[in-house]
Amino acid sequence: MGTYIPHTKEDQAQMLSSIAQTWDSLLSTIPDNVRLKRELNLPDGLSEFEVFQIMKNYASQNVVFNTILRGAGAYDHYVPSVVKHLSAREEFVTAYTPYQSELSQGILQSIFEFQSMIASLTGMDAANASVYDGATAAAEAISMSYERGRRTVLLSNALHPETIEVIRTYVQELDVTIKMIELNDGQTSLDSLKEQLDESVCAVLVQHPNYFGILEDVSSIRQSITDSKVKFIVSVNPMTLGRLANPGSYGADIVVGEAQPFGLNLAFGGPYLGFMCTSDKYVRRLPGRIVGQTLDSEGQRAFTLTLQAREQHIRREKATSSICSNQAHCALTAAMYLSSIGPVGLKEVATQCANKAHTLARKLESIGYKLTYPHEFFHEFVTTTPVSTSLIESSLAKHGILSGLILDDKHMLWCVSETTSDQKLDDIVTMLAEVNHG
Amino acid sequence: MAKLIFELSATGHRAVTFPSSSCQDVDFKDFEAQSLPDLPEIAEIDLVRHYIGLSRMAHGVDTGFYPLGSCTMKYNPKLNEDVASLEGFAKTHPYQPSWSVQGNLKAMRHLQDALSEICGMDEFTLQPAAGAHGEFTGMLIIAAYHRANNDAKRTKVIVPDAAHGTNPASAVMAGFDVVTVKSDANGGVDFEALKSLVDETTAALMLTNPNTLGLFDPNIKAIADLVHDAGGLLYYDGANLNAIMGLSRPGDMGFDVVHLNLHKTFSTPHGGGGPGSGPVGVKKFLTPFLPKGSYLREQPDSLSFAPTHSIGRMRSFHGNFLTTMRALTYILFNGKGLTEVSKVAILNANYMMHHLSDIFTVAYPQICMHEFVLTLEKEKDIYHVSAKDLSKAMLDFNMHPPTMYFPQIVHEALMIEPNETESKSTLDEAIALFKMLYQKMIEDPSYLQNAPYTTPVKRVDDVLAARVPIVKYQKESK
Repeated sequence: MGTYIPHTKEDQAQMLSSIAQTWDSLLSTIPDNVRLKRELNLPDGLSEFEVFQIMKNYASQNVVFNTILRGAGAYDHYVPSVVKHLSAREEFVTAYTPYQSELSQGILQSIFEFQSMIASLTGMDAANASVYDGATAAAEAISMSYERGRRTVLLSNALHPETIEVIRTYVQELDVTIKMIELNDGQTSLDSLKEQLDESVCAVLVQHPNYFGILEDVSSIRQSITDSKVKFIVSVNPMTLGRLANPGSYGADIVVGEAQPFGLNLAFGGPYLGFMCTSDKYVRRLPGRIVGQTLDSEGQRAFTLTLQAREQHIRREKATSSICSNQAHCALTAAMYLSSIGPVGLKEVATQCANKAHTLARKLESIGYKLTYPHEFFHEFVTTTPVSTSLIESSLAKHGILSGLILDDKHMLWCVSETTSDQKLDDIVTMLAEVNHG
Repeated sequence: MAKLIFELSATGHRAVTFPSSSCQDVDFKDFEAQSLPDLPEIAEIDLVRHYIGLSRMAHGVDTGFYPLGSCTMKYNPKLNEDVASLEGFAKTHPYQPSWSVQGNLKAMRHLQDALSEICGMDEFTLQPAAGAHGEFTGMLIIAAYHRANNDAKRTKVIVPDAAHGTNPASAVMAGFDVVTVKSDANGGVDFEALKSLVDETTAALMLTNPNTLGLFDPNIKAIADLVHDAGGLLYYDGANLNAIMGLSRPGDMGFDVVHLNLHKTFSTPHGGGGPGSGPVGVKKFLTPFLPKGSYLREQPDSLSFAPTHSIGRMRSFHGNFLTTMRALTYILFNGKGLTEVSKVAILNANYMMHHLSDIFTVAYPQICMHEFVLTLEKEKDIYHVSAKDLSKAMLDFNMHPPTMYFPQIVHEALMIEPNETESKSTLDEAIALFKMLYQKMIEDPSYLQNAPYTTPVKRVDDVLAARVPIVKYQKESK
């Protein structure tokens, strides 16, 4: 059986005798009435080889699709070798939060660089070191937005459904009102937004591109929000910012999102990478860790955790968020990914995603699929299908292809990334034409 | 200091390219970005050297001893990483149909059952992403439970003064008022004080046991009975579970809700600050309140199931899944031997405490569990050397210092958690280092006050960082 305890039995005996204790005396502080008086009902420990066999057996009972046309918050992109290898460096993997800055400059600098990249990408002044995922980032942004007498938040109905659910969970015990902004053909309705904007509102949250892949009319939404006490919060897939104008340019107050597309595996949904950015005005409301640049005692540049007066370990019950551990290693990976492809590469991957998705959409239209919504989309789109969506899913699965996401019996949400080749798109459409004909 | 990656950037450099595509271009018109984002342009070899350079300015468990109290910086097995890299886990989409992810589901069930046995609970959710997220989940469950009982007057959560800061913060996020109970002279919950606080408005008591002083509360059963008799629930902060596996179970102590930190007790790496994983376990009567999307026995094929009184979804998808697979690997490897893990964690802590106690002042001198706390209050007065100064001096010796200034009830605190994966010789070296630095403090306090000396940067100015926040790269800065 395995163990990671380095002591021999002799070491242990020697240690016990050097402190004049026995096992019984050491364990005597656990009161008898709560001592477990049996072994744990677990199997004996195993060798590394045996454990690996068991875990490989579990992994082998999953299907790994060769082509993935499903996104909906989790995106299949190529992860470069250099990113995999660098992120696996043990000093990064086995460190914790850089509390001792002099010993942790590498971690601190990597987070500072991540913050800089995400802030630049979103066009904002500041970013935090990460939060759990895109949905909790949205919920934390809502928590940042409350003002005296203003506790109503307006959420677009085209947010990812799980983001809406998480926000509802987060605020359920607080005095907060959630109102939904209706949709117009899959796009956030300006009329519905304007009708609900009143003096109780502290935040408006939209996702761009939205859950259905549609570009939101973010400029008009921004213009509708005339009251400076209302924070305009935008949730973005940061990969799309290789092509789309950044939220800072159209006046977002807080930008959140899920940065999993930047070098993180699909991983059955986690760990992923929530990020949060804002303007200087609200930086002291950001939750979580923030790394800042400063000087050391000799006047050279140094980095440290900063603005900690916001955080739970200082403020305790007065803190607005309890976050402590975050997704630092995912942030490191994302920064490596962005550095490996650079600004030109990011534009290229975003462009390929968009071009390929539009190509698939056109080809699907040629075989009887209809685009459900009339609006421009990025790399995800909804079709009304000529046959049942479950038939499409099962038919493509036989070819190792994960279809779009089933929304209902006749609607499917597709996603295409750079990992699907031009040829494969043709093959998929040929396969689906056959499904049409039974 | 290393250059920032932006300072290495030169137009036209790039590491990774993509296959070409001849799909027709899309024009997003008014939505198009007007310029490229300010990301570094860098060749692969320079990218590699940059990050290897940064890695050499970081300290992990693999680099050296890391007795950071309450964080359980134990060895992170390599096997865990191999398992997390298996394609079958790493390349599954969270929305794959359930028939295509049976392995994931079985492995999640396996882990939930093992955690239930270790903790004496009836069911677990793997959704919470970290310990504090688990606390928030647990507090929402408790709020929902009292509401379901039409027991709206329960607005207070009691938290000891020695608790982690996340506890009160999480309770407030769940709408509760926090009441602090003080510790008694022996470091446990002051039972008389607790008695005077517990009443019909008590929603729950949040407790870490052993507590942040490393002490097992001798009155735990009486405390549980007191709170339960008043109609409140007991919440277990699992930060210190590494002390009690196979020795005592939170469920048997009377706790109704627990959260664990897989990145502490179950050896998943801390990653420079995360990702962690904070599964929450409950007794059977609370299973109807678990988060939507938890993987529950009653719906063995569903990952979007909401139990009858569910608090809702805590995050997207199914939690930090790969982190949970690492933890399952660790549990399979150790099996029943988890008891040995906790026993040796206790031995190592007591060994260090004993051999330091002839010179240093132990805040609560008695047998400890997996960690203990020193106080430098006296030394601060005499030599003007603080807990921070002593910690900074350790940085020159390839050792991460203990947790400083926590718990807050101990002045000039140093909280030491050696962990079971450290050898006797590592402990002996650390003890010798502590003593050497103590001697230095007597002879030349300025040596500690000005430390460290050999690190890439010298003592960092935290005050300046907060006064003039620079939180992203600015081209004009040097």
